[in-house]
Amino acid sequence: MPDVAIKVEGLSKRYRIGQYVGGGAYQYRALRDVLTDVMYAPFHRLRARSKQRAVASNPTAMSHQPSANFIWALKDVSFEVKQGEIVGIIGRNGAGKSTLLKVLSRITEPTKGRAMIKGRLGSLLEVGTGFHPELTGRENIYLSGAILGMTKKEIDRKFDEIVDFSGIEKFLDTPVKRYSSGMWVRLGFAVAAHLEPEILLVDEVLAVGDAVFQKKCLGKMGDVSKEGRTVLFISHSMPAITRLCQRTILLDEGRILQDGPSHQVASVYLQSDVGITAARGWPDRSKAPGNDIVRLRAVRIRAEDGQITEAVDIRRAVGIEIEYEVLKPGHVLLPNYHFFNEQGVYLFVAGDHDPAWRQRPRPIGCYVSTAWIPGNFLSEGTLIVGVAISTVSPVIVHFYERDAVAFRIVDSFDGDSARGDYAGSIPGVIRPLLRWTTEFKDVVRQQRIVQKSNGGGE
Amino acid sequence: MRDLKQVNRKVRENQTLANAEELRKAEAVPTIIIEPTRRWLSLKLRDIWQYRELLYFLTWRDVKVRYKQTVIGFLWAIIQPLLKMVVFSIIFGGLAKMDSEGFPYPIFLYAGLLPWQFFASAVSRSGESVVGSANLIKKVYFPRLIIPIASVGACLVDFAISFIILIVLMFYYSIIPTLSTFMVLPLVLATIFTALGVGMFISALNVAYRDFRYVLPFLVQIWMFLTPVIYSTGIIPENWRWLILLNPMAGIVDAYRSAILGKSFEWGSLGISIGIAVIVFLFGLIYFRKTERYFADIV
Repeated sequence: MPDVAIKVEGLSKRYRIGQYVGGGAYQYRALRDVLTDVMYAPFHRLRARSKQRAVASNPTAMSHQPSANFIWALKDVSFEVKQGEIVGIIGRNGAGKSTLLKVLSRITEPTKGRAMIKGRLGSLLEVGTGFHPELTGRENIYLSGAILGMTKKEIDRKFDEIVDFSGIEKFLDTPVKRYSSGMWVRLGFAVAAHLEPEILLVDEVLAVGDAVFQKKCLGKMGDVSKEGRTVLFISHSMPAITRLCQRTILLDEGRILQDGPSHQVASVYLQSDVGITAARGWPDRSKAPGNDIVRLRAVRIRAEDGQITEAVDIRRAVGIEIEYEVLKPGHVLLPNYHFFNEQGVYLFVAGDHDPAWRQRPRPIGCYVSTAWIPGNFLSEGTLIVGVAISTVSPVIVHFYERDAVAFRIVDSFDGDSARGDYAGSIPGVIRPLLRWTTEFKDVVRQQRIVQKSNGGGE
Repeated sequence: MRDLKQVNRKVRENQTLANAEELRKAEAVPTIIIEPTRRWLSLKLRDIWQYRELLYFLTWRDVKVRYKQTVIGFLWAIIQPLLKMVVFSIIFGGLAKMDSEGFPYPIFLYAGLLPWQFFASAVSRSGESVVGSANLIKKVYFPRLIIPIASVGACLVDFAISFIILIVLMFYYSIIPTLSTFMVLPLVLATIFTALGVGMFISALNVAYRDFRYVLPFLVQIWMFLTPVIYSTGIIPENWRWLILLNPMAGIVDAYRSAILGKSFEWGSLGISIGIAVIVFLFGLIYFRKTERYFADIV
């Protein structure tokens, strides 16, 4: 029976929005507070006003919203992690994942509850923590090591190993400000990787942007788990979670929504994700986007088999369907879709160029147009679709519904997508499956000689 | 038969050894409890002892970085106070003809300037330290108190270096060190604690209210004029002297002067100063401890 490595009981963390959290008696505000207040002011005022109204009309309303200035980043979270377990933590942005890591790594204190951690805790939150640009690589190994919690003796012992692992021997006595970013990451990771904690916290989100580091990170996680260490792994990537963790915890608005086998929790997550709707309709005509010429009725995402779907296999085509009603005859209408990824990058625009309707004024009636995005084209992740209907000459935008629907492209790990057998994260907004050819040319002469002398022939 | 027994015993021995090893390992595994601080006062000073090596590394970093890209390096620690002494001596000693209790003005001044410089730079540096380490605070746990302490530590190194000038000056003016010169050591301790108290308070305050960044240099400047650095306590009217004693550095700087120049100590005022210094230190420590748990959230 393995020991408990992490035990969390009723852990809660409350943040106050836009105000000093310390509860000091100092009433005047600093520049910084004023600035954050300016940012939040519209919300504050809005909220305060609606609250006043609510209170005026219904005196009990206050008790439902005890304090609009507070948010619970974590609310009554309890779980246990056994020694040697790898547990994934998923949830939307703001679900409390990072706050949980911060509390567990003692960076910030919980408001309520308690957590017990057995063993040394290390976190791969960022590489090169505490590096000082003016100091040399050698000096920074000691500094960063000490900051991460190693003793000088430990660093002395592991120094050569760290240098070997990082591969920067030549630049050991060069200030790290002269390092390339790659060298910086390598050295930082080398130090962190030699901390050898009993419990490792990994936040993939913070590591995003450096594919090399991510790959190393995942590799290190694999190693660590083989050594019987405990890992908490925060990720947005369902494939990585299901591959690496047996068990996953799904957080939503600071609470645990699900805790169980990874594939199960991952599917719950993909289905429950509130921000993502694969189908939206506007049954009430007066509220639907549009004008007196054309009005939007519905937008849907369909898989190849015609099912409405939120998650699409990267290898399969996906159809974006728009249903609309033409109220006035005589207009040439062009439905068009606008695609964005999660980072808000404008990926592309697709306009209807069906020759049947291209220059033909549309009679009154209801229409359904569908555009098919081929499989093996987009990269994995969430796509947000805006839909519009316009007329080209003269240019009139009848309506443009931003963020109308969204869907998720999920990469398969069957080896026949563009990913192949690689498990790490792949950058880029498209991921086409290209035709690759490799020809075997004759073995070069020198190699043949070597092979012969080795005795291993054809 | 006997061989077998021996082997058996050896195996058993090895086993117990292995068990002991495991036990020791199990004991060495630290268990951390994370919960909100409930006690009104929890100073967790043992934590700092555990992280003493980090304290050493941070101090060492501060010292190293400060003189890293300078041409003359550590000489700055000598040139700065030396120039200050020369300028002040010309203005206040030469032109304004300040009373220096019968001692040559340069050494009279330097005996006060030396501890004051240490105090002023320690307060300024530690006051900025926590905000300056924001990226560390948001990424890793360690006792936050280490940050201002390391800043004071780095200033202590400068202080030790600028002591060389004092020794040269003492030679030059043939001031012979006496037993009372050793009083400097406890006085250094008192200065450290005062600077740390103020530094901890301001560094914590600085996290929540960045305005203190602009107030701090001003505050230090005014504080110097409220401390007998360029003048002697003697020029303050008798019935107002108690007021200046509210400033702990007044009594301490005065005592440095007594120790270095070999004049008699004003034990009463030194006592009051040290008493206030202790209060300042405790106040800074408690304030820091009470606010540090929010540092990562607001820094």
